[in-house]
Amino acid sequence: MSASILELRDVEAGYGPFRALFGVSLAVGAGEAVALVGANGAGKTTLARVASGLLAPSAGSVHIDGSEADQGSLPAWRFVRAGVMHAPEGRSVFATLSVEDNLALSFQRAFGRSGLADGLDRAYELFPRLGERRGQVAGTLSGGEQRMLSLARVLVESPRLLIADELSLGLAPMVVDQVFETLSQIRATGTALLIVEQQVGHALELCDRAAVLEHGLISWQGPTNEAGAALESRLFESRAPH
Amino acid sequence: MILASGFFEDLFRGILQGTPPGAVYALIALGFVLTYKTSGVFNLAFGAQAYISAAMYFKVHSVWGWPKWAALLVSVFVLAPLVGLVLERAIFRHLRTASAVSKLVVTIGLSVALPEIFNWAARFSAVAGRQITGIVPDGAGVYYDPFGVYRFNRDELAMMAVALAGTLLLAALFRFTMMGLSMRAVVESPRMTELSGINANRVSAFAWALSSTFAGMAGVLIAPRFNSLSSGDYFTLVIIAVAAAATGLLVSLPRALLGGLGLGWFIAVFNTFLPGLADDHTWLRPFQENLTPSLPFVVLFAILVLWRAVGRQREASDPLAGVDPPPPALAALERHPRLTLFTRLFGVFFVTVVGLVVWFRADVLWMSLVTKAVIIALIYLSVTVITGMGGQISLCQGTFAAIGGFTVFQMADRFNMSVLAAALIGAALAAAVGALLSLPVLRLGGVWLAIATLAFAFFFDAVMVKFSWVGGGSTALLTGTQVPRPLIGPIDFASDRAFLVLAVVALVVVSVVVIQLREGTIGRTLAALRGSEVAAASIGISAARARIVAFAVSAAIAGLGGALLAMHQQNVNYALNFAPIVALFWLVVVVALGSRTVEGAIQAGAAFALFEPLILQGELLGWIVRGEERLPEFFPLSGNWRLILFGLMAMQFARHPEGLVEHGKRRSATRINGWLEAREARA
Repeated sequence: MSASILELRDVEAGYGPFRALFGVSLAVGAGEAVALVGANGAGKTTLARVASGLLAPSAGSVHIDGSEADQGSLPAWRFVRAGVMHAPEGRSVFATLSVEDNLALSFQRAFGRSGLADGLDRAYELFPRLGERRGQVAGTLSGGEQRMLSLARVLVESPRLLIADELSLGLAPMVVDQVFETLSQIRATGTALLIVEQQVGHALELCDRAAVLEHGLISWQGPTNEAGAALESRLFESRAPH
Repeated sequence: MILASGFFEDLFRGILQGTPPGAVYALIALGFVLTYKTSGVFNLAFGAQAYISAAMYFKVHSVWGWPKWAALLVSVFVLAPLVGLVLERAIFRHLRTASAVSKLVVTIGLSVALPEIFNWAARFSAVAGRQITGIVPDGAGVYYDPFGVYRFNRDELAMMAVALAGTLLLAALFRFTMMGLSMRAVVESPRMTELSGINANRVSAFAWALSSTFAGMAGVLIAPRFNSLSSGDYFTLVIIAVAAAATGLLVSLPRALLGGLGLGWFIAVFNTFLPGLADDHTWLRPFQENLTPSLPFVVLFAILVLWRAVGRQREASDPLAGVDPPPPALAALERHPRLTLFTRLFGVFFVTVVGLVVWFRADVLWMSLVTKAVIIALIYLSVTVITGMGGQISLCQGTFAAIGGFTVFQMADRFNMSVLAAALIGAALAAAVGALLSLPVLRLGGVWLAIATLAFAFFFDAVMVKFSWVGGGSTALLTGTQVPRPLIGPIDFASDRAFLVLAVVALVVVSVVVIQLREGTIGRTLAALRGSEVAAASIGISAARARIVAFAVSAAIAGLGGALLAMHQQNVNYALNFAPIVALFWLVVVVALGSRTVEGAIQAGAAFALFEPLILQGELLGWIVRGEERLPEFFPLSGNWRLILFGLMAMQFARHPEGLVEHGKRRSATRINGWLEAREARA
């Protein structure tokens, strides 16, 4: 167990009176890649939020490198400092800041003032479109470009663990291929992954373990090569009338 | 040729004269922009922060006799950042993801409470005529006259220098430093900033310390211009400076500086030329007399309404707002049916007991206080409509109420009309003014609407009230704005008891109207608009129409209430009842206690009218211990406690934006619901 970067133990979480997770346990070890799959509303995004410190669990605990994370409000920055980065779903950019400021906010902390230019170059190499629009206010970018921007932030930094929520949503198929290409590259450098993805095929190809989330509970987890069969039976099960 | 050179000389002198006040506006506008940019708060308490430092400076330098540099150090560089840190930790940290409306309400509460808390804690009281001395030696005594037209004193020069240096330094902070970038990021989304690995709490603590220091600096620099220190003057200055800040859309520091100076120049030039013009054209004279004091508010209103960029500005929304729990439904909707039944029975019982006690036991004073509470509750229902249902802040409800009151006075005074008919006319007139006002201001978003309505309230206060066909002019000065009590056939409402019945009937009727409105099409439309204007528009809802109706209905209710209040007191008592500051007070009380329900408005009305006599004067405790002579010695408490408690209420509201009453109801409902359900499960 000591090898896990991130571990959730019996986590319950939700929003106000609404519960989304009912006792979820999941661990991601160093260098491991885990795909989180499940139907809409199963609790995937909530799990990603708890795993990155955005949402405090109402019960259970979150451990980073074996030690329990601070339960105070908004401890997300501690997670980042410990090497756990989160690319939230949707257009998660600072709409009023320029493309470059959006990136600089992360890179200056990660690489220091001297490494900033280098980091920006790598981001623009990854997504040339962002380089063309570096001075533009991020809120005026198209949906896909905003997605690239929020991905560039985490992909360039190569954290110890990357949590990515709905990576491919809103991106053109070619860009999706490119993003997964980049993911497998940073995987090779030792970054662990926790990937929430609707394009299950892509995700399973990349990862070595999968976890299936149903109604706020993990109903199955195991190696990805067994996941196909498990998913199929799950899918039919959940369609059956109760 | 001579005329032309005289013109240019006058113009030049006007501009030079306008520069020092322009620098005052600029300093405050800069601080205001700084606070907005670094914390996202439209901080109407900025003036209160400035006042605290100015008062502290006065106390340390003039009362304790410390040297100026020490006084400056204590007041601006120690006390001011400390105030900022405390405000951030205790209040604004919890409000980071709250709506603009809740933040505004909290700052209005603070703007009243902070100076009172300081005055009480530091045992400070301003002495008229004892001016503050500026920070430079002999600041008011040494003059410089570079152009031979206008003489600047040293205090004015110091102020202008700090405004300019502040602009440059702050602009550099935002442009070149990581802290500047982080502060802007935290305003937009604290959670996203955290995901970039930045401690958002530390950043916003720094932001508040910085902007509070700037507020303190501005407060001390401006103070020598006042005859005596008053927090009200600072508050008014902030409202004016908002005009300057608005020219930079609240984010541009250089434009705030130029806007402030421009405002000063415009007003000075206007004052230079208008008297001359009015000598030649007599029809201009009444305007000159009335318009001059209100010019800043007219400019503010004009900028907000005419400048399209302000109307288009919307708050950037936090992309991670989904992490917050959704706003809860009304507690009444979640209650167990038996609990609802019990609550209703208890409500009827409570009202009956209070009614019987008041009817049979109350003396003249208490009868009058209860009547006032009932009428104020009626006026508060107008806030329920516009803010609770419409989700918008109007800061001119006092003005609408005043329109009702003045209409009754004018109709009765001039035409000897029945006051009840006049009250209806007053309500209709207020509705018309409300609808008219809503046309230009409604496309403004959130806080801008609030400020535009506040500018309107100040304009009404400074100009309209002075006209004899509104405020009664010189007759009103001699005899007051007298209003008779109504008379229907044999029933004479001159009797206090009869008038109380009339007020209660009016309150019940208006309550029913408000509930019908909430449950009906208008209510649902407004609820949809509160949720998402874009989504509402996509299913064919006209935002403009629904809001004009809400504004008009709200204004009519306020107008009716104002008319009743005038009849009750047999005088309009404008300054006491309806001045702009009073209306600010109203808003905070209603919103803090609960603006979404009729009960909330009634409880707020009772709190506003009865808190001081009942609790602070010790009447309630006296009744409990049977005899005023047995009261502890510290009774009656000073009325200032009302203001301090009012501020504490605003702070509590920061934690429970649905309103304190509503919060309490939900908490008890959840508990009792659980108990009842557990019992049912056992049975």
